[in-house]
Amino acid sequence: MNYYETVFILTPVLSDDQMKEAVEKFKGILAENGAELVNEELWGLRKLAYPIQKKSTGFYCLFEFKAEPDFMKKLETDFRRDERVIRFLTFRLDKYAVEYAEKRRRVRASKASETSVEAVEVAEETVEAKEN
Amino acid sequence: MAANSEIRYLTPLTVDTKKKKYCRFKRSGIKYIDYKDPEFLKKFLNEQGKILPRRITGTSLKFQRRVARAVKRARHLALLPYVTDLMK
Repeated sequence: MNYYETVFILTPVLSDDQMKEAVEKFKGILAENGAELVNEELWGLRKLAYPIQKKSTGFYCLFEFKAEPDFMKKLETDFRRDERVIRFLTFRLDKYAVEYAEKRRRVRASKASETSVEAVEVAEETVEAKEN
Repeated sequence: MAANSEIRYLTPLTVDTKKKKYCRFKRSGIKYIDYKDPEFLKKFLNEQGKILPRRITGTSLKFQRRVARAVKRARHLALLPYVTDLMK
């Protein structure tokens, strides 16, 4: 089992329900193939830095999961076959990336719980990490 | 006439000591560079969105490779542009 991360961009022409359905479809594919979903983030509709297929916005989704290496080929074919996906990126995380991903998850979790003290700490931490 | 050729300055010349460049990742102990943070990656790009050389940023070779990889991933996902004018 390896640690993988995938980000894909869905076309903005879909309605909210269609969007959810597409995300569920890929979640289903992960589950069917014995992949263990660790984290899921929907970044929502974002502006693209350059147009892709003449679209200037896209719906970003991020999955982090553990899976067998053979599964990745299958997942990528599914991404290519699905017309709703306009761009995707899949890659394996190395040990530093795994550490970072865990930290990021914790930070996001604590942010979500909205404990003011924690949020300040987190903000300081990220500023430090960036500025030093 | 040669005796008077010495140039005199009103203010003493400041001999600028070169500030030593350093690798910010090594110094602050960052081990993984995240492609999901385009604002951070912009520090390593010039106005046209090209990756700055190590000679300017002072990044060590190891982390320059990782920066390059992160930037390329961000470009692929349209978080950063491949080409642009006046990015900042």
